[in-house]
Amino acid sequence: MKSASFDYHRPQNINDALTLLQMPDYRIIAGGQSLVPMMNFRLVAVRGLVDLNDISELSAIQIDKNIITFGAMVRQRQIERHEDVIKNAPIFGEAIREIGHRQTRNRGTIGGSLCQLDPSAELPLLCLLHDGIITVQSLKRTHNIKVADFIRGAMDPQLDEGDIVTHIRIKTWPRYHGYAFMEYARRAGDFAIGSAGCLITLTPHQTIDEIAVCIGGLSDVPQRLHHSETLIKGQKINETIIDNIARSIDDLGGHPTVQASVAFKKQITKTLLKRVIIRAYDRALDQEMHHEKNN
Amino acid sequence: MTYHIGSSAPRSEDPALLRGQCQFLDDLNLPNQLHVAFLRSDYAHAHITKLDVSRAKALRGVHAIITMDDIHHFTGHKRMPLSASPTKATAPITPYLLSGYEVAFVGEAIAMVVAESRHCAEDAIDLIDIHYEMLDVSLNADQSIRDDAPRVRREASSNVLNRLKVNYGDIDKAFSEAAHILSEHIYQHRGCGHPMETRGVIAEPTRDGKLNVWSSTQMPHDVHQSILEVLRLDDDALRVITPEVGGGFGPKYCVYPEELVIPIAACMLKKTLKWVEDRREHCLTAVQERDQFWTLDIAIDAEGHIRGIRGHLVHDQGAYALKAVNLPYNSATAIPGPYIVPALNIDVVIAFTNKVPASSVRGAGYPQAAFAMERLMDKIAHHLGVDRAEIRQRNLIPKEKMPYTKPLKARSGAPITYDSGDYIDAQRRVLKAANWDTFKQRQHDALKQGRYIGIGLANAVKGTGRGPYESGTVRVNPSGMISIYTGAASMGQGIKTTLAQICAERLNVSLDKIKVWSGDTLTAPLGLGGFASRQLVTAGNTVNMAAEQVAQKAKKLASVMLEASVEDLELRDGTVAVRGSDLSVSLAELARILRGAPGYSFPEGLDPSLQSDVKWQTEALAYSNTCHVAEVEVDIELCKVSLIKYTALQDMGVRVNPMIVEGQIVGGIVHGIGNALFEKMIYNDDGQPLTTTFADYLLPTAPEVPEISTLYMETPSPLNPLGVKGVGEVGTIPVTAAVISAIEDALSPLNISITETPILPERLFTLINDARMSSHHHIRT
Amino acid sequence: MKKTIKLTVNGQIYECTVEPRVSLADCIRHHLGLTGTHVGCEHGVCGVCTILFDGASVRSCLLYAVQAEGHDIQTIEGVAHDPDTLDEIQQCFRDNHALQCGFCTPGMIMTVKEILSEGQKLSEHDIRDALSGNICRCTGYQPIVQAVMDLMARNERKAG
Repeated sequence: MKSASFDYHRPQNINDALTLLQMPDYRIIAGGQSLVPMMNFRLVAVRGLVDLNDISELSAIQIDKNIITFGAMVRQRQIERHEDVIKNAPIFGEAIREIGHRQTRNRGTIGGSLCQLDPSAELPLLCLLHDGIITVQSLKRTHNIKVADFIRGAMDPQLDEGDIVTHIRIKTWPRYHGYAFMEYARRAGDFAIGSAGCLITLTPHQTIDEIAVCIGGLSDVPQRLHHSETLIKGQKINETIIDNIARSIDDLGGHPTVQASVAFKKQITKTLLKRVIIRAYDRALDQEMHHEKNN
Repeated sequence: MTYHIGSSAPRSEDPALLRGQCQFLDDLNLPNQLHVAFLRSDYAHAHITKLDVSRAKALRGVHAIITMDDIHHFTGHKRMPLSASPTKATAPITPYLLSGYEVAFVGEAIAMVVAESRHCAEDAIDLIDIHYEMLDVSLNADQSIRDDAPRVRREASSNVLNRLKVNYGDIDKAFSEAAHILSEHIYQHRGCGHPMETRGVIAEPTRDGKLNVWSSTQMPHDVHQSILEVLRLDDDALRVITPEVGGGFGPKYCVYPEELVIPIAACMLKKTLKWVEDRREHCLTAVQERDQFWTLDIAIDAEGHIRGIRGHLVHDQGAYALKAVNLPYNSATAIPGPYIVPALNIDVVIAFTNKVPASSVRGAGYPQAAFAMERLMDKIAHHLGVDRAEIRQRNLIPKEKMPYTKPLKARSGAPITYDSGDYIDAQRRVLKAANWDTFKQRQHDALKQGRYIGIGLANAVKGTGRGPYESGTVRVNPSGMISIYTGAASMGQGIKTTLAQICAERLNVSLDKIKVWSGDTLTAPLGLGGFASRQLVTAGNTVNMAAEQVAQKAKKLASVMLEASVEDLELRDGTVAVRGSDLSVSLAELARILRGAPGYSFPEGLDPSLQSDVKWQTEALAYSNTCHVAEVEVDIELCKVSLIKYTALQDMGVRVNPMIVEGQIVGGIVHGIGNALFEKMIYNDDGQPLTTTFADYLLPTAPEVPEISTLYMETPSPLNPLGVKGVGEVGTIPVTAAVISAIEDALSPLNISITETPILPERLFTLINDARMSSHHHIRT
Repeated sequence: MKKTIKLTVNGQIYECTVEPRVSLADCIRHHLGLTGTHVGCEHGVCGVCTILFDGASVRSCLLYAVQAEGHDIQTIEGVAHDPDTLDEIQQCFRDNHALQCGFCTPGMIMTVKEILSEGQKLSEHDIRDALSGNICRCTGYQPIVQAVMDLMARNERKAG
C-alpha cells in the first residue's frame, strides 16, 4: 500500500503555502494521521503536498482573558499537556485523552481534525460546545466563520479551494464551571460510536445558569442541542428533566454504520447524554462548594 | 549456569529481537532484486472479460507482467497442488496459481507485476485495464448448500465440497431413552490470524541452476514440496528458508499461490523477486476461519449425564481449499471434549462460498467444538436448575478412567485415546481460585446497585503432538559448541530456547553452548513444521532422544579414553567425568577425536562425529486440558462488555520452560478474547469485505485485557519420554465459551440466551432490548 | 522527482535520495539499512513502526521521509549503548518475557521509552492506556505492562 507520486513542498510561511495551494490537486498535509492512510490506500488523488509543519505562526496557543486561540497546527498532545488550557477549558483534558493514541496525538493537529470533520471526532464537538470561531485565510482574504457554520457535513468543511484554516478561537467558561465528556468506542482510541459533552454553570440557588450540550456520532456531524439547553435553563437537574432531554434524541436523524444501527446509536447517545449532564452538574456543585470554602 | 527442564531460562531468541537485529523477510534485501505486486480481483464473483496489461507494461520501471497463460506455458500448471493428504471432493478445489477467467473471491490474484520498486509495481497495477462481468455470489454457507443457490464457481458443479459423518455409539437408543432432550442453534465465526508480520516471499535463482526461496511460513517443507511439484527442478537444487518469522497463528500454515508463482516467475525471468504482503492483502487473502452453523440436540438422563449428541454442522470453506479440509472435522470430533459422551452423530457439510479460503487459525476448529459443547452444558444446567460447574463435574471423564479411549476413531482408523489428565481436579482448582462459590452473592449485591456482572466456565482438551514424526540432529562440534538442527519452525514461540534446554539437560551443558537451527530445508531436509501444537512434543522428544544418544556415545568414547566403565561416568558441565573424581574429558575433545584424522582408526563400535540424527515417530496425540473462568460486567445501556477477571488452568504435562508456557497461554487467551468480543470479518451483500483494515477488523489492545491469573497442573503424558504436551493453542480454545457464558450469566435477570460468538454490541443491543420489551422489565439505571 | 535529504537518526547524519512518496519507515529500513523498525499495516493503527520523532512517539508509516529532514529521529538501533548490550528497557522486557516473535517489539520499546521519559508513576490502568496504540498478537500484553511497572518502580526508587 504505497502512495502514488506527488510533489512535495515545505513552505516556511503562510503566504508561500497559500500560493502553492493554487496548483491543481495540491493538498495540505498537517498531522497526516488521516491523510496519509488515504494516500497509502490510493483513495485520494494528490498531485502535490503542501506541508504546513514548519510554519511557526500556526503552532501557538494563546490564552487571553476569556479566549483561547489555538494555531491550526497545534498538536493534540500540546493541548493535552497545556496547563492553562486544561485550567480554563478542562473538558479538553477529559476529551483529548480519548482521541486516538499517544502516537496519533503527537502528530495530529486541531486544525487538521476540524478540516477532516470525521463524524465522531472529538475536537469539532468541543469547539462547537465552546462556540468556536475559525479563522480562514486565502490569497484573497482572511475571514472568520463560526464553527457551527464551518461544519457543513461529514468530511465537508465550509472551505474553498486555496483556503487554509489558521486559527481556532474558543470562548472559555467561567472558572468554576462544571464539565463532562464521555464517549463510547469499541476499544480505547477507536472512533466513537457515540459521544456527548456538557458545560454548566449554576446560579447561587443551584439552578442552571448557563448550559451547553453537544452530541457526536449519531448524525454525520456533532450537534448542539440548543432546544434542550433553552428548556433546562433556570431549572435544577432532576431525573425527569434529564429523561426529557434524552427523549428529544428520538426526534433526531441518525447515520447508521457497520458498527451500529441508528436505534443503537440513539440509545448510546441518550445514555451518554444523561451521564454527562449529571456529571457536569455534580462537578459544578463540587466546584461551587470548593470555591465557597476557599472564599 | 545450566538451565534444566522446568526452569524459566531466558530466551536465546531475545537479545537480537530486542535490538532489532533479526532478519524478518522484508529485512532481507538481495542484490538486483525486483519487487512484486499483485492485481487482485475487486469482485467476489466475476468473469474476467478483458485483461489488457500493455499500458502497465510500458510504464518505466516495470520489467514484466505475468498472467495465468505465462505460468501455464512455463510450468504446464494452472492450479495449486494439494499439499497434504488427498480429500475426496466433487470438483477441483485448490486455487489457481493466477486466475485467468473466473474469479471467486475478492482479492483473488490475477496478474503479477514485476518492477523496480513496490511503488512502481502498484503504479503499474493502476494502469492495467481489466473488465469484469459480474456473476451472482453465494456468501452464506448455510444458504450456499441449497439447490437454488448460485454456484460459487462455475467450474464446480456443486457448492458442497464434501459431506462427512462423525459418529459412534447407539445414537437412537441414547435419544429414545433420554429423560430430557435439549436443542440449540449455534452460530460461530472466528476471524483472521493477523500475525503482526504479514506473509512474504523472496525467490533467488542462482547462476548454477539452484533456487533459494525465503518465505515467512510455518511450513518450509510443505513449501519445498509444493514448489517441486510445479517447477522442474532437481530436488536438491531447491532450498527453502524461513527467515525470522513474526508470528504464524495459522495463516502461515498453508502453502499459497504466491509461494509458487514467485519462484516460477523468478525462474522464468532469471531474476531475484521479492514480495511482501501488505496488511490489506492479508485481510483479503490470508486464510481465515469463518462461519460455522450448528444445530445440535443433546440427550441427557434425569441427573444431567449426557447420553448422546446429534446434529448438523455447516462449515464455510470459502471459494477454494488450500489444504485438505481439517477444520470441520476437528470441530465435529472434538465436541465431546473432556466429557463422557456415549453416542455421537454429526453430519458435516463443507460448503463453498465466494470468500477467501478458510483454514486453521490458532485453535483450528477446536474452539468451535468447545463453544458448542459448553453452550449445551449451560443449557442443561439451566434446564435442570443445577449449578453449571456441578453439571460439568458429573460429565467430566474422571482420572480413574485414564487413559480413556474414545469410541471415536481417527481418520487413519486408529483409536483416539486421551492419555492423561485430571479434569475434575482441574475444574475444582480453578473454581476455587476464581471464587466461583461466592459469586452469586456478589452478583446479587451488584444487581442491587444496578450493575450486571456475570461469571462463566468452560473446559476443553486439545490433542497435541501430531506425528508421524519430526526430525532433529544434535551434534557436538570440536569447538565445544553444540548444533541442533530441527525440522520444526520458529515463529516466536521460543522453540529454539526450549529445544536447547532439553539438550542442555541431557548433556549437562550451559545454554550458551547451544545453537539451534530451524526452518531451513538445507539443514533439516525432512520435517513437518509448526501447526496443531505439535512441535514441543515432536521436535522436543526428537532432540531429547538425539541428545541422549550423543550422551551415550560420548560416554562410550570417554570410557575408552579414561579407562573407566560407562556405568561410572556422568555428563558434567560440558565434560564426561568419572563420578566422584576430577578425571574427565571435554565434549569438545571427544568431538575432535570423532572428527577423525587420516590414518587413525576409531575405537571399536564408534562411528564418526559426536552427533545423532533422530526422527522420533509418534502415532497418538497427547491431550492437554484446560479449564477457564471469566468474569464480566455488562453495561446494559451502552451494551458494552468489560472483562473484569480471567482465571485459567492448563495442564500440558511437563513444562520445559514455565515462562514460555505462560506466554503462550496468556497470548492465546487474549486471542480468544478477540474471538469472543471483537474479531469478525464483515461482508456486504456483494461479497465485499468491509473489515479490511485494523481500524475495522478489531484486535484486542492492552486496555481491553483484564487481569489474567494462570494456574498449572503437570500431569505427564505417558506417550513420550519427556512427558510433555503441546501448548500453543490450548489457551485459546475455551475462551469464547467462558466469556459468552459469563455475559449470559450477567444478563440472567433479563433471561437472555446467547448462542453465538463473537457477540458484538449491536447484537447485544438487540438481545437486551427485545428482552426488556417482552418482559416489560423495569430496570434501574 | 527524487529529493536528496539529510536525516539525523540516532545521532548520526545520513544522506539519501528518495521520492517524496517514500514513507519514513521505508526510508529508514531500505535506504538507511536500519531494519529494526518494522512495518505492520501502513495505515497507522498497529504501532509496529513506532519511532521517536523529536522525542515523541510517532507512526513512521504515516510520515514521509522528506518531512523528517531537520528533525531528530530515534529508532531501536539507538536504544542500547552498543550493538552487543541491552539497555534497561530491553533487559526488563527480556526478564518479563515481554516479547515472543519480536515483530512489534521495537515499536513497543520506543513507546515505552517515551512513556518513561515523562517521569510519571502510572497505574496499571494508565499504563495499558498508554500502550493502546501498539498491537501485539503474541504476548497478550500482560508481561509488557509488568515490564513497564517494573521500570517505573525502579525509576521511582532511583529518584527517591
